Amino acid sequence: MVQPDIQSILEQYPQPKRENLIPILQAVQERCGYLSQESMIQIGNRLKLPVSKVYGVATFYNQFRFQPKGKVHCQVCRGTACHVKGSAKVLEALKQTLKIEPGQTSRDGMFSLEVVACIGACGLAPVVAINGEFHAGVTPDSIRKIIKSYAKKGGDNGGSE
Amino acid sequence: MAAANNRPSVAEPRADAVRLGPQDVHHLLGAAAPGHVGLESTLALLRRDRVTRPTIYVGAGTCGLGAGAGKTLAAVRTYLADRKVDADVVEVGCIGLCSAEPLLDIQLPDRPRVSFKAVTADPVPILLDAVLAGSVPAEHVFGQFRTDGLPAWPGVPYLDEHPFFAPQTRWVLANCGLIDPTSIDEYIARGGYRALARVLREQTPAELCDAVEASGLRGRGGGGFPTGRKWKFALNTGAAQKYVICNADEGDPGAFMDRAVIEGDPHRLVEGLAIAAYGIGASKAYVYIRAEYPLAIERLIQALDQAKRYGLLGSDILGSGFSLEVLIKQGAGAFVCGEETALIHSIEGRRGMPRPRPPFPAVQGLFGKPTVINNVETLANLPLLATNGPQWFSAVGTPTSRGTKVFALSGKIARTGLVEVAMGTKLRDIVFAIGGGIPNGKAYKAVQIGGPSGGCIPTQHLDVEIDYESLKSVGAMMGSGGLVVMDEDTCMVDVAKFFMDFIQRESCGKCIPCREGTKRMLEILQRITRSRRMEKGADALLRFKGVMYMERLADVIRDTSLCGLGQTAPNPVLSTLRWFRDEYEAHIFERRCPAHVCTELLHYRIDTEECTGCTMCARHCPADAIVGAAKTPHYIVAEKCIGCGSCVQACRLGAVIAE
Repeated sequence: MVQPDIQSILEQYPQPKRENLIPILQAVQERCGYLSQESMIQIGNRLKLPVSKVYGVATFYNQFRFQPKGKVHCQVCRGTACHVKGSAKVLEALKQTLKIEPGQTSRDGMFSLEVVACIGACGLAPVVAINGEFHAGVTPDSIRKIIKSYAKKGGDNGGSE
Repeated sequence: MAAANNRPSVAEPRADAVRLGPQDVHHLLGAAAPGHVGLESTLALLRRDRVTRPTIYVGAGTCGLGAGAGKTLAAVRTYLADRKVDADVVEVGCIGLCSAEPLLDIQLPDRPRVSFKAVTADPVPILLDAVLAGSVPAEHVFGQFRTDGLPAWPGVPYLDEHPFFAPQTRWVLANCGLIDPTSIDEYIARGGYRALARVLREQTPAELCDAVEASGLRGRGGGGFPTGRKWKFALNTGAAQKYVICNADEGDPGAFMDRAVIEGDPHRLVEGLAIAAYGIGASKAYVYIRAEYPLAIERLIQALDQAKRYGLLGSDILGSGFSLEVLIKQGAGAFVCGEETALIHSIEGRRGMPRPRPPFPAVQGLFGKPTVINNVETLANLPLLATNGPQWFSAVGTPTSRGTKVFALSGKIARTGLVEVAMGTKLRDIVFAIGGGIPNGKAYKAVQIGGPSGGCIPTQHLDVEIDYESLKSVGAMMGSGGLVVMDEDTCMVDVAKFFMDFIQRESCGKCIPCREGTKRMLEILQRITRSRRMEKGADALLRFKGVMYMERLADVIRDTSLCGLGQTAPNPVLSTLRWFRDEYEAHIFERRCPAHVCTELLHYRIDTEECTGCTMCARHCPADAIVGAAKTPHYIVAEKCIGCGSCVQACRLGAVIAE
């Protein structure tokens, strides 16, 4: 099964160089939202690498995901500053509200939850980024309200999807 | 992906915007051709000493956007369009005071630039109305810039006298938040790229390495290895192909200075990178930057593009015969890639696992060629160092640590943000003078410095003068410069657990002490913060065993791990254990958490005076441990309670008390 959109990315890298592996994985994820099994097989073929190696690299890095993103993608920052300011409780509240674990996508494809090491906005801790939009100084209560507002809008709030 | 979405579409540059021509650039950078008449006034306009029409600056770094600068920016543009005001809008980087974001500055043609804090979209029209009419409203005002020859705003304090800025020595951050990061002309007008031109014209690579070594500049990424010496290793190998890598994979949770520098002043990094490449004789440079910093990547790509167009990158730079190609590699999110050899593997398209050293990367690195890896802040120091010389540079700081250091202040502190101070500044000054102390009348407990590999500094060592050595002597390390302040409500065992959890997840798995040891260490910490109620079978026994072996395990991990990540992995535990042993003992012997953070060790009860019987807590309790009829006070059945703390969060009256 050849997905045309991946093919166009692969064509940008005519030489099978190993150093192109991570940029290709990033470009594919950027386009598709995640890395499917088929896309990794195609990448392996193009770079003349065993798929196991491709998968090995992909699973090593936190950036890559193997499930489609939800329409509303929540990234909870778990950096030190956010932790000290109570991000654990925010994460807990999100898990309860969305009924999913970090790394998962809800069954209706609406919400996905991700824990990130540090977004680099420590001055505004705790931070949750939803579809790339930063929400600063969140509390368990405020994050529930924010999620509700996204659920109402149906996820089409300037998101990347 | 992320921050870019917060931003409204970027406006097209105005047709009459002030620009430099290629001739002017060559003139300024010392080539022979004369610049056009009136160059000085063009430069003054680019430096924004004066403006010809009202200019509005909005701090639109990632942190500003997070605080709502995108909406502020849109409101400013709408206002100007609606009222048909002829004004410039400039998106600047972060000036460093994150807690006052969004920041908005206004500069009128005959008045100094004045800065306003916490300007969300709502107050924009009122604020602009007032300032354009010639008065500064007292609300939101933050301070004015000191400008010679212009009548100062009456009653507005000077920014350089503000307690946040006054004690700082801003070298690396000098332009951040002041200049337009998307304009190479503004950077050149403020003296940019002169250092590169001078180095290329006047110094041989060996002389440059000597100068950098003499200045005492040390790696700002954490290790603190003398930069000049590292360069010499690579210079002396004599290989035909060498590489420079800029490490912008800022993985330390709690540090964001690299992001701020790239977002606010990207050309400083580009210039530093070119100087470093010349110093070791590299013709190719990589910038390894976190994919989580989309705005920084965008700014960097733009800066590289501009520099290439001016002939400051590419082949035969400024006619010197020196060529440099710069490539951007996006990191894919692995903390261990901060380690040099792991970073190299990552660029090569492999799993980011370190390898034993020697051979050091300076001898055998990327693709087997000599490679120098420098941190963003190290490189950003080079233009100033090359301009002013090693003597000037080494005049600031302590005998072993020269120059300045940027710290990212965050956590329980009044003013969060980026601060740059001379080495040797007292920690107390950073926390209390610059940071404004602990908010809400709480007591200081510790500062966590250096990220997961660093340590905590307690009250009795607040007067430590910060440099590489003094921090080591109190069991911490410089790291990349994250300073997370903790108050009395922070549990140090919980902090140690947090870091072990982080390190355990980020351990690459190559060597056993780190892979297994950190996991065991985390388990020990989890056991001592777990309630008796949750223990089954031999759990209690394992808990005691863990307590007995904790310190020995820490020593084994430290002594036998392969790379820096593993060798410093036990630091959070060792340092908290060293200064806050009493907290560990309270958790272990008394089974309580003095800071009331470890929820499982808390005991809950309901204040019958306060409780109105709204049944909220009973409905939220997952263990059905709360009983009571509606509209009468409720009770918690201690035997059933699992200590999750849901009732505390559910109660609107604060009637549930945790002890």
